[in-house]
Amino acid sequence: MLELDPVILSRIQFAFTITFHVIFPSFTIGLAAWLTTLEGLSMATGRPVYRRLFDFWLKIFVVAFVMGVVSGIVMAFQFGTNWSELAARTGPIQGPLLAYESFTAFLLEATFFGVMLFGRHRVPPWFYFVSCLMVAFGTSLSTFWILANNSWMQVPVGYALEGQQFVPTSWSAILTNEVLWVRFPHMLLAAYLTTAFCVAAVGAWYALRRLYAEDSRVMLRMGLGLAALLIPFQLVIGHLNGEYVEKHQPSKFTAIEGRWETEQPARLLLLAWPDEAAERNSFEIGVPVLGSFFDSLTFDSREPGIRTVAADERPPFLIPFYGFRAMVGMGLVMLFISWTGSVLVRRRRMDAGKLPPKWFLWATALSFPSGFIAVVAGWFTAEVGRQPWVVFGALRTADAVTPSLGTATALTSLLIYIGLYSIIFPAGTYYIHRTIQRGPGNETEADESTAVKVHRRVLPLGQ
Amino acid sequence: METIWQFDLVHFWAAALAFSILMYVLLDGFDLGVGMLFGISGDAGLRDRMLRTIAPVWDGNETWLVVIGTVLFGAFPAVYAIFLSAFYLPVAFLLGALILRGVSMEFRGRSSVRRRWFWNLGFSGGSFAAAFVQGAAVGALVKGIDVESGQYVGGPWDWLSPFAVFCGLGLVAGYALLGASWLVMKTRDDLREWSYHWLLRLLAVSIVFIAISFVWTLLARLNITDRWFQAPMLLIVPTLLLIAGVGGLLWSWRQRLDRLAYPMAALIFFAAFIAFLLSFWPWVLPGDLRFDQAAAPPKSLEFLFYGAGMIVLPIVVLYTVGVYWIFRGKSRPLDE
Repeated sequence: MLELDPVILSRIQFAFTITFHVIFPSFTIGLAAWLTTLEGLSMATGRPVYRRLFDFWLKIFVVAFVMGVVSGIVMAFQFGTNWSELAARTGPIQGPLLAYESFTAFLLEATFFGVMLFGRHRVPPWFYFVSCLMVAFGTSLSTFWILANNSWMQVPVGYALEGQQFVPTSWSAILTNEVLWVRFPHMLLAAYLTTAFCVAAVGAWYALRRLYAEDSRVMLRMGLGLAALLIPFQLVIGHLNGEYVEKHQPSKFTAIEGRWETEQPARLLLLAWPDEAAERNSFEIGVPVLGSFFDSLTFDSREPGIRTVAADERPPFLIPFYGFRAMVGMGLVMLFISWTGSVLVRRRRMDAGKLPPKWFLWATALSFPSGFIAVVAGWFTAEVGRQPWVVFGALRTADAVTPSLGTATALTSLLIYIGLYSIIFPAGTYYIHRTIQRGPGNETEADESTAVKVHRRVLPLGQ
Repeated sequence: METIWQFDLVHFWAAALAFSILMYVLLDGFDLGVGMLFGISGDAGLRDRMLRTIAPVWDGNETWLVVIGTVLFGAFPAVYAIFLSAFYLPVAFLLGALILRGVSMEFRGRSSVRRRWFWNLGFSGGSFAAAFVQGAAVGALVKGIDVESGQYVGGPWDWLSPFAVFCGLGLVAGYALLGASWLVMKTRDDLREWSYHWLLRLLAVSIVFIAISFVWTLLARLNITDRWFQAPMLLIVPTLLLIAGVGGLLWSWRQRLDRLAYPMAALIFFAAFIAFLLSFWPWVLPGDLRFDQAAAPPKSLEFLFYGAGMIVLPIVVLYTVGVYWIFRGKSRPLDE
């Protein structure tokens, strides 16, 4: 059983706050780009559908963005509150990277967000478009700096130890960290795919309910089209991510594979239940040889098991193992839906006046959370798989915690965040859900009478 | 040469830090203040109009807090580590309050009228709590925190002294004053008059708080008073600024000069800020840690300087001014 010491409480708190936080940026990075695209299309073509969709998705964007910003502020301070040893030792490297994030990205987003929200009638159209672009640019830039920082913790480069402090020796090495340049595109594509599926799912939902025919078609085509285009790239980049893990973090790699003993040729485990005390899986289903094939593209490679890693340097097994499978599983779902979608477009099944098959619309509508699941699962795989290190191979998580932090204090803050998030997260989800229920082209959110009218219109066709 | 350069970079980043803190206090100060005045006013119509004045800018304002955090982390990691572990609970309360406040502001307009009270309470309560905790932390800092060999060694509740509580209440009054002066500038008719009414009261309360905390600091011989006794001249500039600010604010109240109120309230804060800076510099923790001792290695400071310091910071200031310019003048209904 877990013992509640400040280290485990701090880890739980970090995991909790970042899980909550990462959901919103991965939504808003894509949404900002989607809104910019809509605004651009609206300016170029003058078709009202684009403006209608812009106004509709802006309402959803606002909720997601605000929750992302406020939960992001927590992240900026946790390094000092809970991990002050980490902050003091790695501050010379992590500090500047995070400072660049807040200077170049956080302020840019937050400032132009105001214009995006309230500036429509105060600034010329070109400036409004530029503001959307700035928000989209800021969110992507933010992703870059966060991943630059996290990638350094995953695979530390360009530093020297002076006493206990990590001092930068080469910023270019830190910014050209080979893992950064596979992880950053991986995250960016994940965010775009997340949003693409949300957009397509909403389109499919309306199509199923025979509502907003034109809007729903635009959402389906654009969302699925983008996903169909991006997902092959994501699979390739995902594979490159696997290669860096195998090369730089063998302990994480074996946990993902669920492999205790070194095997030649290696199996690919589909399901497993590890027994860490006995150092074996108490239950497993695997396919022979396929493990070697995926890891090295040969049929007889020798793949190491976790027993090659010292016992006190092994990550927990279960979360990386299943996290990875959840992520890849979602990727395959996305691949299937988006490519089926492009086949349907090719067969002119998504033209005006026609509807794609019902099963496909249902599958698309239900895929709304697929991107979120993949992002969270992937993040968990990367972060938990790195344990017991906070800076991989160089600083242990247990040595990074704030020395003066007591159990009761750590528990207090954790309970504050849990209490708060369990109010605002369901509320935010509810408001997003309701905005979607009301659909595009319905003004005045708080206007009760409109809500009732819309509700009546939705219900007979709905449940 | 190297050392002089290093020394100047420390100065540069200390100045950038001071600037970010000032930006945060002056900007988020007024929207926290509006949040508190929102709590005082029970009138739904007034409340909606109050919110409208801060809706386009509060997000950007609050982000300066992140800038403070990350500049500390980047340029002065030792201070970042000590402060945040010493102020563990206040920081958790502050962040909790800011989260609640931020989402409440966005959610109240979306919720049904029946449930709106909850978000209204979250918005005003969060604003009060955030202002109080910030003031209390400043008070605790003036009083001093226990540090041994670069680590905080005190307990989790050390920050909460009577003096800190007093400072917390003082900042509540001060931010509310900033908020009232902002509302005076941005609103019309009955809301403007209502704000003028509160402006005067809050000014009186703030002056009382400033005076008592000054005397208290002297009597208790808190850390920074040695400096005051060594060089009393240091206090002349802030005192003059303070008098100018108070006088200007009274003048704008009498003459109903809407646009003068906020700059004058800001001047009062600026005076307090200067007094604070002069009392501490070059110490971060008087007697324990100086800015140059706490600074990150030259390579970190340089990396920050060439990009963030020289290029990005000026651009940020520029577009912040730009956005305030876009939303200048009396606040208008959103669809105008």
